[in-house]
Amino acid sequence: MFDNFPLWPQRASSMAGNVDALFIFLVILSGMMTLLIFVSLVYFAARYRHRKGVLAEQIEGSTPLELTWTIIPFGVFMVIFAWGAVVYFQQRTPPRDATEVYVVGKQWMWKLEHAEGQREINSLHVPVGRDVKLIMTSQDVIHSFFVPDFRIKQDVVPGRYTVTWFRATKAGTYHLFCTQYCGTQHSGMIGSIVVMEPAQYEAWMSGGSTGPLSASGEKMFAELGCATCHRSDSQGRGPNLQGMFGKTVLLEDGRLVTADENYIRESILDPGAKVVRGFKPVMPTFQGLVSEEQLNALVAYVKSLTPPSAPGGRNTAMSSPDSTSGQGSQVQ
Amino acid sequence: MSDSQAVVPTAAHEDIHRPALLHHFATEEQQRDASNLGMWIFLATEVMFFGGLFCAYLIYRHWYFGDFGAASKSINALLGGVNTAVLICSSLTVVLAIWAAQTARRGMMLAMLALTMLFGLVFLGIKGVEYRDKFDENHVPGASFSFEKVPIPSHPDQYANPQHAQIFFALYFIMTGLHALHMVVGLGIFTWLFWMAWKGRFTPEYYTPLEIGGLYWHFVDIVWIYLFPLLYLIDRHP
Amino acid sequence: MATATVPAVEREDYLNKEYGIASWLLTTDHKRIALLYLISITFFFFIGGFFALLIRLELLTPAGDLVQADTYNKLFTQHGQVMVFFFLIPSIPAVLGNFLIPLMVGAKDLAFPRINLLSWYLYIIAGMMMVHCMLTGGVDTGWTFYTPFSTAFSNTKVIEAGLAIFVAGFSSILTGLNFVVTIHRMRAPGLTWSRLPLFVWAHYATSIIQILGTPVIAITLVLVVAERALHLGIFDPKLGGDPLLFQHLFWFYSHPAVYIMILPSMGVVTEIIPCFSRKRVFGYIFVALSSIAIAVFGFLVWAHHMFVAGISVYAALVFSILSYAVAVPSAVKVFNWTATLYKGSIHYSAPMLYAFGFVGLFTIGGLTGLFLSALGVDMHVHDTYFVIAHFHYIMVGGALMGYLGGMHFWWPKISGRLYPEAWARLAALIVFIGFNLTFFPQFILGYVGMPRRYYQYPPEYQVLNVLSTAGATVLAVGYLLPMIYFLWSMRYGKPAPDNPWRAAGLEWMVQSPPTTFNFAEQPVVTWEAYNYDEIDKGYKEEPQLVG
Repeated sequence: MFDNFPLWPQRASSMAGNVDALFIFLVILSGMMTLLIFVSLVYFAARYRHRKGVLAEQIEGSTPLELTWTIIPFGVFMVIFAWGAVVYFQQRTPPRDATEVYVVGKQWMWKLEHAEGQREINSLHVPVGRDVKLIMTSQDVIHSFFVPDFRIKQDVVPGRYTVTWFRATKAGTYHLFCTQYCGTQHSGMIGSIVVMEPAQYEAWMSGGSTGPLSASGEKMFAELGCATCHRSDSQGRGPNLQGMFGKTVLLEDGRLVTADENYIRESILDPGAKVVRGFKPVMPTFQGLVSEEQLNALVAYVKSLTPPSAPGGRNTAMSSPDSTSGQGSQVQ
Repeated sequence: MSDSQAVVPTAAHEDIHRPALLHHFATEEQQRDASNLGMWIFLATEVMFFGGLFCAYLIYRHWYFGDFGAASKSINALLGGVNTAVLICSSLTVVLAIWAAQTARRGMMLAMLALTMLFGLVFLGIKGVEYRDKFDENHVPGASFSFEKVPIPSHPDQYANPQHAQIFFALYFIMTGLHALHMVVGLGIFTWLFWMAWKGRFTPEYYTPLEIGGLYWHFVDIVWIYLFPLLYLIDRHP
Repeated sequence: MATATVPAVEREDYLNKEYGIASWLLTTDHKRIALLYLISITFFFFIGGFFALLIRLELLTPAGDLVQADTYNKLFTQHGQVMVFFFLIPSIPAVLGNFLIPLMVGAKDLAFPRINLLSWYLYIIAGMMMVHCMLTGGVDTGWTFYTPFSTAFSNTKVIEAGLAIFVAGFSSILTGLNFVVTIHRMRAPGLTWSRLPLFVWAHYATSIIQILGTPVIAITLVLVVAERALHLGIFDPKLGGDPLLFQHLFWFYSHPAVYIMILPSMGVVTEIIPCFSRKRVFGYIFVALSSIAIAVFGFLVWAHHMFVAGISVYAALVFSILSYAVAVPSAVKVFNWTATLYKGSIHYSAPMLYAFGFVGLFTIGGLTGLFLSALGVDMHVHDTYFVIAHFHYIMVGGALMGYLGGMHFWWPKISGRLYPEAWARLAALIVFIGFNLTFFPQFILGYVGMPRRYYQYPPEYQVLNVLSTAGATVLAVGYLLPMIYFLWSMRYGKPAPDNPWRAAGLEWMVQSPPTTFNFAEQPVVTWEAYNYDEIDKGYKEEPQLVG
């Protein structure tokens, strides 16, 4: 469309077309309904304009008609609902083995960290065609991660992780907006998603990072003394974390929970909330002792202790970034 | 729900025999029905008002059961129980006051109204004692809040999370405080009812303010009957 | 009657019965209270409208150059709070409902006249608190007060604003309470439920929502105020609380609140269309029950404001499907209104033009609700200008047009004067054009991605923003006109006959303006609602409706 007068967002992700299809269907449907009502109003108003000597005809109603125009719209609505639900399921189900990027929103900037370790502020570089899963939290108030050209949006909530995902289909630079009002510079909390051809992306990736996120997580794990209790055998005072990510955990009070990112995070910040059966509630809390970024690193490390389960395996790790050459928009 | 009333085709003021009839009502029955319905609807709004608090409370109690249990154990269930009995008695005296009005027993009516207010004051007094205890123990949310090393009743080897306990106390004070505020308003209403009764305004034919005041009082009682077990009796064992 | 002067012998009516400020400020006459409300809500409409104008002026350019960021945040917050709580929610119920419901049911007043006056005083107190809050720093949380921003991060007067809205809520509750009791207990003999004007049904449904919903936001605001003042942790994750709990509690009221804002307007339109088509409403019972259905279902859909907030997929499915359910009764109403025109005898008087505008614009607004209820689409358009366009189509294109239509329709009854018809039609047209120009571009802006509550934006969004601002200036003119000519008519307008529209309904059987006690004798109703066949019977020629 016109460059400085866009009437439609770009379609730059695998989901964009699905969302657009439903939207266009709704536009057509609504257009037809609107036309129907408008034309009826205008036609009746003209055709039945008051005339001398002509009285209105009193019509009580018509139950069959009422039922018709109740049931048919309801049926149409159910179709829309179902279609919307299908699209929504896809939007909220990240593919297995998606590359993970940890996002921390804070007033008024986005901090992103690739699993491979690159850090970015207000920008995200991704290759075309790669599934990318964003694991997001906020450091302060609620924000919302919105990329119109990908048709993705997810609120970023303090105190927990929320997740969204996309697969970019077209190289280019796309708007990133914060779209949950968050204070003074809410409209300045914007950035870009830079989608690159795979070769370019490799080049960008190799330009400097501090090593994979899980590596810094491993370091923290040792520094904070986690390894003392969470040993890789069954002798520790804390559960063995090898292979536990994604599994169902039986808790002391009988509940069954899934060991996902939020579970790991909660276990670090509020260990008494979900004590694993067979263990004593002796883990100290690390609330206030770790930043959001450090939490992300620890979560990434614990996840790395579980080998990928899908037969295809995790997406092959990128070549280890060479930290001697700095590059562009990364921030150490 | 009855439909509208019989025709009373007069706008003249015939107050001599029916001083209580407000002019915009057609009959006394209509006026009484309207007052009653109005109070019931008002009580429905109160249910929704407290309902938001109960909702928040139930959610956090579900999430932080152990911590809430520890916090609940630290409030005085004996005093809470006594208060429950006090309020139930006060609802009885309200009913008796209305019966006394219906049967033209002026002395008893006044006595029952006074007794109701006395019970209300006792309730508030006991509440004051409880609040003071919480203040002394630093369980009032805010800068001086402290809830360290308090064991969870069903898992004595684990200590309660102070932050979660603070949420319990925040809700405890807001819920019981709001309830106490309603009690104070209720005392005000009953003071006014007592004064009206003293002046002889109530007869077997007309005691509507007593009825609707009584409805309000019963409601405040019922709220407490829900508050007491939810707040005081979590995870208690004999 | 063509004289421009007041008749020689002035009849006593509720306006001239007593003079003096005390007779107004201490009145218990529902009609005077309605006028007190009329003046107050008009005042707040101007304030809210002024903020809107500043917002649109800022958005003329991509840069934030008219006001500072913090100021802009206060502007949209206060625009929302003032318009929702101090204009839209009271408007039709407190002005037209108060004035008309006793008349329509054949009563001398509402069930509790003194509570009615108290309700107005609470509104005024709340309004003064709000004005004071705005003058001494304002509030910048958005009208939605999301935590933890409002409880732990905002540096503005959140507590005062929250308390002001708390007080305003009680005003709303008391109005609803009064209406329900009046409608149940004070109907004239013979006025069965199925003979009630649908305006009354609509207000009954509205009142149920006011009674059951408003207390929830009251307690939510209490919690927000307490948390902010005492640093509790109920909504703050750093202290163990949950920010989404606030959202659930907030929207549990604030969604039904939007039905408080639209149902009365639907009631107005359901009075106007039969009158100016000279026939009864098509499908009376369906229109009546659809109002109740909207009120009931409206309580079940609140989390459709939270589809991307972090609720579970399953919760989202439930709320999406229920949101479609609540759309059905609204659709039914639109069809019934349209069908009422069929084989009618239609007049294009100003009230009818507003009613047409309502039906058209509400249709568009309602249809875009279907977009938002579709989970897959909502993920893209939530928190963008698409949502803003959607709710303005309903609130402004719908509710406000209905309010204006009702004001025109009942103005002769309220004031005893006729407004100038030609100007009124012109104003209706200007409003319609200005409105569409303001808000239709915002649908597009939203889909291309412009977020809400932004005071600066990427340059490619400018053209649509300029169109929108242009529309807003036209709309402002359209709103100013009625202010002017209504005031003008109070002194210079033609005196109104008792029933200038030959309309059905008990309110038209009393003089214009009515006496203080409405009816000399309690009426006994033996006719069905909208008995236009009986009314027009015996008239050999087309009724000479005014205009």
